[in-house]
Amino acid sequence: MIKINSKNVDVFYGKKQALFNINLDIEENQVTALIGPSGCGKSTFLRCLNRMNDVIDICRVKGQIIINDFDINDKSCDVVRLREKIGMVFQKPNPFPKTIYENISYGPTIHGMAQSKNEMDEIVETSLKKAALWEEVKDRLHEPGTGLSGGQQQRLCIARAISVKPEVILMDEPCSALDPIATAQIEELIDELKKDHTIIIVTHSMAQAARVSQNTGFFHLGELIEHGSTDKIFKNPENKRTQDYITGRFG
Amino acid sequence: MNKNKEKLLNSRYRAEKRFQFYGKSAIFLALLFLTIFIFKIFSTGYTAFQKTWLIVPVTFDAETMYLDENPSKEDLKDADYFDLALQTMFDLDKSASEKQQNDLKRMVSYFFEREIKRELLNDPSLIGKTKDVYLTASDDLDQVFKGNYPRDLPEDQRRVTDYQLKIFDQLVEQGRVESKFNLSFFTYPDSREAELAGIASSFMGSIFSILVCLVIAFPVAVLAAIYLEEFAPKNRFTDFIEVNINNLAAVPSIVFGLLGLGILLAVFQLPRSTPLVGGITLSLMTLPTIIIACRASLKAVPPSIREAALAMGASKMQTTMHHTVPLSMPGTLSGTIIGLAQALGETAPLILIGMVAFVNTIPGSPLDPAASLPVQIYIWAESAERGFVEKVSACIMVLLGFLIIMNLFAQIIRHKFEKKWS
Repeated sequence: MIKINSKNVDVFYGKKQALFNINLDIEENQVTALIGPSGCGKSTFLRCLNRMNDVIDICRVKGQIIINDFDINDKSCDVVRLREKIGMVFQKPNPFPKTIYENISYGPTIHGMAQSKNEMDEIVETSLKKAALWEEVKDRLHEPGTGLSGGQQQRLCIARAISVKPEVILMDEPCSALDPIATAQIEELIDELKKDHTIIIVTHSMAQAARVSQNTGFFHLGELIEHGSTDKIFKNPENKRTQDYITGRFG
Repeated sequence: MNKNKEKLLNSRYRAEKRFQFYGKSAIFLALLFLTIFIFKIFSTGYTAFQKTWLIVPVTFDAETMYLDENPSKEDLKDADYFDLALQTMFDLDKSASEKQQNDLKRMVSYFFEREIKRELLNDPSLIGKTKDVYLTASDDLDQVFKGNYPRDLPEDQRRVTDYQLKIFDQLVEQGRVESKFNLSFFTYPDSREAELAGIASSFMGSIFSILVCLVIAFPVAVLAAIYLEEFAPKNRFTDFIEVNINNLAAVPSIVFGLLGLGILLAVFQLPRSTPLVGGITLSLMTLPTIIIACRASLKAVPPSIREAALAMGASKMQTTMHHTVPLSMPGTLSGTIIGLAQALGETAPLILIGMVAFVNTIPGSPLDPAASLPVQIYIWAESAERGFVEKVSACIMVLLGFLIIMNLFAQIIRHKFEKKWS
């Protein structure tokens, strides 16, 4: 089933066009990897999906991105509601400089998702359990989240993102600042999370894309060159450029 | 080729050594000047914290005070102590001529009558008895005792007469001169008499001015900074505002004084010489400092924190108030304290709005006339009497102490509360 349907998306930074006519469908409860060389626009596209590009003054987005039959680029779209449904995990772990508990409870608090302290405790616990962090931090929930290791911080950020039960989770190179062990833990986690969430992950690592994703989109110079099932893209790409990139001839 | 390389390397090392030498000499020079300055202030000023007292036997004779027998407490309060006080001084030398008697009277401060009265009110049973009472010595004798007075000048060029010196030396010999901690320097307001002058009124004036300044400048500056940094669109108009805030920080303080004079006093008719007007004027000066400090610390909050909050579905306002502003507070507060410390040391604008007036009462609110510490230094430095020289240095010491404490406080806030992010 199609969760996100993007039609003719163009993005401009000032006068410079960063994305050209992107048409990409994202399957529900699957992991979609976006790959491509640096500066190809894959992160820009990801940030279109929860309208994070709004933060950048000179950035303009054209075209339609339809989630749940609703165009998020439409004027009537409320960004706050949209971002409640579409969570995001960033390249560098960015926990709030607050306690672990407060990091998780922030989202549910501002969206009024818990009526009592008990309910909030439960949300915090389930979020941390889903992010496979509970066992490591259950005794120090009220210590600063910034005191955790890099991998733990990133899982904390994932727990924070799923605390508001989003339908979609966007991940922008979530493992690029982590060591191989932490990366393996996150990848396992991603596999687990796709049962409840639709996941879109931007990655530089071809191996990672092959390991975690069911679908892959290859971006180059602001264009979506090819997309399809990960198997097909990696084993039997249609486009020459895709093949060159995957076999490491450029990138 | 190799030789050339060696030469080049050596010259690079020499250049680095030279540079380090320049740096060290610059630091040495700065420290030297600072040491000389502090030494000068302390060596002139420390004597001001001591005060010279004459211990004079007072005979509390009811007749000299025109009191009836068995006077009540009220009677004692209303009694005339002047003749008793005069008689006490005249008794130091029973054979004194009329001119010499005048000299005797001038050996103590004009508070001597009050000091004798206080003694009796503390212990009414003293009537008819004789007791040694501490009387504040005149500022000239105070300086003589501290060794600051040139005794070898010809008599007609001195304010202390030979006769006074003779009597004073006799008293010293009898152990009737004593130096004690000068509490009145901190508890008395300003006075024309150096021995009675204190910093109470200017100290309170400074505190009130700084409080008014803080209450006005802090909220205005922080709101302006938050709006400009987080909400305002970046366009030519906001650039123009930014340039002008920076310009405002560079405006000479006396210009703000003129503004206070022309608008606060002339147009709004606010009470002259008060910490209220002083504080408002100083707040105009402090405003840009706080705005700049607040904006800088807002800028220093990593964008990743804002993105994290926005991505969680926080609105712009929530992101700012829940995350950015609290994280920027240590920087803002320490900037505010440094701005206030600047305002505390400011003299020129306060002179223009009349806080230079001679105030011999201690202000109880920002609406009472007052001086301020730096203006007090200016007033005393202008006075000719020798007794004020040490007072100027002592007042500078108090002001410096105040500033050092504030700056220390700013440092502590910055280090203690600044959150570290990975």
